[in-house]
Amino acid sequence: MSIEIRNLSRQFGSFVALHNINLQVNPGELLALLGPSGSGKTTLLRIIAGLETADSGQVLFNQEDSTTKHVRDRHVGFVFQHYALFRNMTIFENVAFGLRVRPRKERPNTREINRRVTELLQLVQLDWLADRYPHQLSGGQRQRIALARALAVEPSVLLLDEPFGALDAKVRKELRAWLRKLHNDMHITSVFVTHDQEEALEVADRIVIMNRGRIEQIGTPDEVYEKPANPFVYEFLGHVNLFHGRVHHGQAWISGLKIDVPEHAAAEDLNAIAYVRPHDIEVSRAINGESALAVHVVHILSIGPVVRLELMYGDNPTQHTIHAAISKEHFRELQLVKGDQVFIKPRRLALFPNHDQEQLIY
Amino acid sequence: MTTIPLLQASSAPHKILVTQESPWARWILTLLALSFLSLFLLLPLVAVFFEALKKGWDVYIAAITEPDALAAIQLTLTAAAIAIPLNLAFGIAAAWAIAKFEFRGKSILISLIDLPFSVSPVVAGLIYVLIFGLQGWMGPWLREHDISIIFAVPGIVLATIFVTVPFIARELIPLMQAQGTEEEEAAIILGANGWQTLWYITLPNIKWGLLYGTILCNARAMGEFGAVSVVSGHIRGLTNTLSLHVEILYNEYNSAAAFAVASLLALLALITLALKTFIESRVAQKTSR
Amino acid sequence: MSTFKQYSVLPGFNLALGFTLLYLSLVVLIPLSAAFIHSAKLTWPEFWSTVTAPRVIASYRLTFGASFAAAVVNAFFGLLVAWVLVRYPFPGKRLVDALIDLPFALPTSVAGITLTAIYAGNGWIGQYLEPLGIKVAFTPIGVFVALTFIGLPFVVRTVQPVLEDIEKELEEAAAMLGATRWQIFRRIIFPTILPALTTGFALAFARAIGEYGSVIFIAGNIPMISEITPLLIITKLEQYDYTGATAIAVVMLVISFILLLIINLLQWWVHHRGIKV
Repeated sequence: MSIEIRNLSRQFGSFVALHNINLQVNPGELLALLGPSGSGKTTLLRIIAGLETADSGQVLFNQEDSTTKHVRDRHVGFVFQHYALFRNMTIFENVAFGLRVRPRKERPNTREINRRVTELLQLVQLDWLADRYPHQLSGGQRQRIALARALAVEPSVLLLDEPFGALDAKVRKELRAWLRKLHNDMHITSVFVTHDQEEALEVADRIVIMNRGRIEQIGTPDEVYEKPANPFVYEFLGHVNLFHGRVHHGQAWISGLKIDVPEHAAAEDLNAIAYVRPHDIEVSRAINGESALAVHVVHILSIGPVVRLELMYGDNPTQHTIHAAISKEHFRELQLVKGDQVFIKPRRLALFPNHDQEQLIY
Repeated sequence: MTTIPLLQASSAPHKILVTQESPWARWILTLLALSFLSLFLLLPLVAVFFEALKKGWDVYIAAITEPDALAAIQLTLTAAAIAIPLNLAFGIAAAWAIAKFEFRGKSILISLIDLPFSVSPVVAGLIYVLIFGLQGWMGPWLREHDISIIFAVPGIVLATIFVTVPFIARELIPLMQAQGTEEEEAAIILGANGWQTLWYITLPNIKWGLLYGTILCNARAMGEFGAVSVVSGHIRGLTNTLSLHVEILYNEYNSAAAFAVASLLALLALITLALKTFIESRVAQKTSR
Repeated sequence: MSTFKQYSVLPGFNLALGFTLLYLSLVVLIPLSAAFIHSAKLTWPEFWSTVTAPRVIASYRLTFGASFAAAVVNAFFGLLVAWVLVRYPFPGKRLVDALIDLPFALPTSVAGITLTAIYAGNGWIGQYLEPLGIKVAFTPIGVFVALTFIGLPFVVRTVQPVLEDIEKELEEAAAMLGATRWQIFRRIIFPTILPALTTGFALAFARAIGEYGSVIFIAGNIPMISEITPLLIITKLEQYDYTGATAIAVVMLVISFILLLIINLLQWWVHHRGIKV
């Protein structure tokens, strides 16, 4: 089933939770709504589910307007952030609930219900917990039961609110891979909300990046990471170094470096902000050819295959820290120690001319 | 050699913690508190049963089995049996509206529910006299249709309902607020209707709160004196509740009988306290695991 | 409607709120308004002279004086009892804790006749007090004793949870900084429990003002001396002076409403400042 959001807006008092949202979710895809807290992502999810109403705009399921349809008739599966398992029921009863409350005519018989529930519990690999109560389960187990319960009613859309938000780091990693695999097997149109970039990048087919009630960018994980549409997306997705400078006729001056930026050929002496990811900073012992920045090594973190360098540029009061990430091999070649002087230049950068600083605050 | 005893002395368990008073201060404070409680709680409790049995078992049994006493027991049970279900329905409805929804004027509504607690029982009785009494608003109409409310059973039931209105609602409201709405929302998404959600999800989650509120409501309903006294008319065998029967017997200087009936009510109070403590420990267990 | 209530998928709001309002109106609000409407039969001077007659003034003095004294005693001993229950272990503690609520659970007429029996000249306590020249039963002191009994649980039950919630670290930190036990109590613990203590005091006071059943037996009900205001209302009712009774009832209602307002504000204070330091 496809989902389409048209011109959706929602306000809580004077707070704009959603501003004119347009979005298409393709059948069978796994879409992430990613954004910082207060960006409107959970509100959007709840409006899709029918738990919340919009002030204006439409929600369409398979091109059919469902804006005013009751939750019960939307056939969505919803997994709550804190799972909302029924605490007075066993795990089995929790999963069976959606089938048991159906009108008598549509209700499967007891044997059929038993079969379906057992099947679902096997799917989430927790059939041995059928007789337990929710409070006897771990967070990860509850999460999977919540998913099984949502799937029991055979929803055409699966919505998950911060599905891994309440779990610890290790369990979160395991469940991510598991959810990805489950989705591959079932191909049910799914939307999940998260504030964790890594989670979105790792699990989703496409990512919708939201900020202050607006969509900043929609794209595959690769697209949004490699070609961020704007400074917000750049800063939100992963670690980044920020430089101030000027751009004029396709050339940028940033901290004394002259860099060709042909895509900004039309720029006429504008202020600009440049972003460089740590792994896009080239570190060398000597200046080779073109200009480079002279910096000092202040800290070295060499755990794992990537060595992270903290570099200090300039003198007080203009000095600032630059983060670089280089491979262990390269690090060995350079034979760096704390206090060394090295030269750096960006291998790749993203330049945003004439940018209003205010928008960076999120 | 001489250092050994010194070492032993200093390594002895050091019982006085920085956040505790000295043992003698603790002892005196405990003694003071327990003396106060003995004087004001224990002594009256013992006295009820002592006075009731002072003239022996026969007098005691006779006092609580005479027809007027039995009629009073019956009326007391009747009033409670009507007031409790009504207040139960009210409590669930009020808690559902207040705890599960956001709307304007909610805090005013909560204060209104608490209102009967702050009204003197005598005033509670009086207002019903003003409405249903002979000179009251509805007095002429009631007389025309030969319905009596004041100085009759309906008045007693009404007064009992008034003084017990808040008990169940105020137990349920904070409990249901703390439980939030996610489980109910999940049930609705899974296709349950309103009644199914209430029956399968909400009520099982609040069963201890319901029981707790009901027990407190029952204790007050059966024991209410002031409000009922105003509307009752004190007609023996007809409009006398247990609480009022105690007063009548006492004013007739029939002390032993008065205390015998009073001991029944004291027993009810003890059962109430026991059940209350039991529920509290059950709930404490549930939340701690 | 959209501004009155936030959207929710849960059903039954209209039914539940409708029933709640209907029930409250029928049982509580309309009957209460009857008192105010009925008292409007009096002109203002008539009303004023009714509620300020010497006998009525004397009853206010006794009711409020004894209620206040009882609430003060309960504030002190209530704090002490709560402190001992929360902090000190002793045998039978659970039983004592359960017994605290006895005045809530015991019907007031039972409390009334029992206290009278204990404090009468030949009673368990009265017989020792009378030789000392102290008469309790059938005097204003008796009123005070009865009101102390019925107000006892309020302070204990409001202070107890706050005392339980006080972080031990706070006291430990103060002790590390060199504070004595008494200084810690005065400067750390007492300010924390003060809102709850005040609330408990106000609740006990409010309850005592309206109390009837437990008082009338022990008070002796001598006009001008040991007659409480609620009894005066009943006396007027029995003389078929409905309007006079209603006028005094209105005074009591207004005072109750003011106290309810104060208690609500106090409870707000407990929630917003008392617990977290």
